[in-house]
Amino acid sequence: MIKIKDMYKIYTMGDVEVRALNGITLHIKPKEFVSIIGPSGSGKSTLMNMIGCLDTATSGEYLIDGIPVENMSEDDLAVLRNEKIGFIFQGYNLLPKLTALENVELPLIYRGISPSRRRELAEAALARVGMESRMNHKPKELSGGQQQRVAIARALSNKPSLILADEPTGALDSKTGIEVLEMMKDIHKEGNTVVLITHDSKIAAHAERIVTISDGKITGDTTSKEGIEA
Amino acid sequence: MNVFMAFKMAIESIRSSKIRSLLTMLGVIIGVAAVIILVNIVTAATLSMRTELESMGTNLIQVSISRGGWGQTRSVSLKEVEELAEENSDIISAVSPVVTSMGTIKYGTNNVNTSITGVSEDYSDIRSLDMEEGRFISEADIEGRSNVVVIGEYIRKELFGTESPIGQTVKINNEKFTVVGLLKAKSTNASAGGEDDVMLLPYSRATRLIRNANINSFMVSAVSSDYMTEATEAIEDFLYKKFKNDDYYNVLNTAELIDTIDDALSVMSLLMAGIAGISLVVGGIGIMNIMLVTVSERTREIGIRKAIGARRASIITQFLIESAVISCLGGLIGIVLGVVGSYFVCVAMDMSAVPLPEQTTVILGSFAFSAVIGIFFGLYPANKAAKLNPIDALRTE
Repeated sequence: MIKIKDMYKIYTMGDVEVRALNGITLHIKPKEFVSIIGPSGSGKSTLMNMIGCLDTATSGEYLIDGIPVENMSEDDLAVLRNEKIGFIFQGYNLLPKLTALENVELPLIYRGISPSRRRELAEAALARVGMESRMNHKPKELSGGQQQRVAIARALSNKPSLILADEPTGALDSKTGIEVLEMMKDIHKEGNTVVLITHDSKIAAHAERIVTISDGKITGDTTSKEGIEA
Repeated sequence: MNVFMAFKMAIESIRSSKIRSLLTMLGVIIGVAAVIILVNIVTAATLSMRTELESMGTNLIQVSISRGGWGQTRSVSLKEVEELAEENSDIISAVSPVVTSMGTIKYGTNNVNTSITGVSEDYSDIRSLDMEEGRFISEADIEGRSNVVVIGEYIRKELFGTESPIGQTVKINNEKFTVVGLLKAKSTNASAGGEDDVMLLPYSRATRLIRNANINSFMVSAVSSDYMTEATEAIEDFLYKKFKNDDYYNVLNTAELIDTIDDALSVMSLLMAGIAGISLVVGGIGIMNIMLVTVSERTREIGIRKAIGARRASIITQFLIESAVISCLGGLIGIVLGVVGSYFVCVAMDMSAVPLPEQTTVILGSFAFSAVIGIFFGLYPANKAAKLNPIDALRTE
């Protein structure tokens, strides 16, 4: 599913060279539920950007579904993100002027799917997260948890190979946070590959595999029994 | 990218910030309205001048001879002109001398300052004047230097009110005259200086009244408007032979006059459209300015769109459609204001408004121009949006 080999990301700020990723090698198999955990500044956000094809590495290899990502043009990356990756962000990142349904439809529009089919898929995705009754509401008319569920529906609508969640519970209270996590586990059980990025070990523990990152390097990679059972 | 969705988004974002959108459009609104109003005024002015000139007769030639320096009395005698007309009777149908001066006409306690025009019996044919009441000046009046006068509707209105003017005695420059005829009104509201502010005397009597025996001006009519050029040339040849200098006389025919006015006004029309066009361009710069602000305000939105798979072309389309919608909407508002505004300006300036079908060119032209401006000035901001890096864009709050 995901194969990263010897990935480096080096920023030069003035005279200082910052190695945000310092030789990462990581394989993620299909249908795995992986947490990537690390303190701020550890490079986990950079790694997320790489996995999400939002950025390209300074050096190293990255294959997603067997497709090499390096040397791709910006537009090719956009198409790749659209087809392969469903993003769930900390701040939900819904478009405020669009309704829940239109937000979920957006990736399908960029994919060029016909309006009737698009609506069908978006409604199904919203039903999946239990938001079908709220689909004509704008984000500001929804609670944080509801907004995050719409964001999950948006990530699912395109039937991506990988769901990439960046601190999905970061902006939620613990109760709704747990709800969202449970939903992500359900999505995983339905056969999706899920990568969860967090700084919180309690949240990371919900995954079946925990990858720890620090100073741009992978320092731990454990399979959590608790995560599988929970 | 789905163009329909982009339209929907554009209208949504215009609606969500109405004041700002209106201010953005203002440049285009003013530009388009200015183009339409200015072009319409010039067109209306051209039309009204044309109708005025055409009402004078399209086969009319005016001959005027400059008096020369002080003390000189350069002139052409009526006899010479009549001979010329007879020789060229196949192209010239009638000739009348025209003697003009200012004077006062008085009836009872009413009086009007107006122009005194001395003419011959043929003048009514040359100018295609119709009588409302009474008769025109006759040959006998000319020969007998009769104290008769034919007046226009404005003079009648001012002097006589509800009374019938025919047969009344009036005083012109303190000499007694009898009103023998009233001309049919040429305009609906007779006003001072207009076509109905006229007073016609036998020319033989007029030269005495104003104490100037020289006739310096003639009105000639060609057989038909097809013979205008030939008739004009015949008169010019005759005058040149007489004076050996073409500075001493001026031959003007209405057809040429109309052409000259048309030319001058079409140049003016272009000039005004050009000036108004500049304000449209300024309006376009305003749109670009606001679109740049919009792009930086919506950096996060652009980031989200890119993250979930928007290509550069999709982002460019979205922002281009938005700026095009703003400027086209401004264009539409400008068209409405321009059409309504030019109607009122025409009414205020006492001109008949340009009919809508004749405004099609300027309306479509200025609308197309505003659309082009919206797209042109939207290109740079749209391209700037499309070039944003999704990570940086997502990071901004």
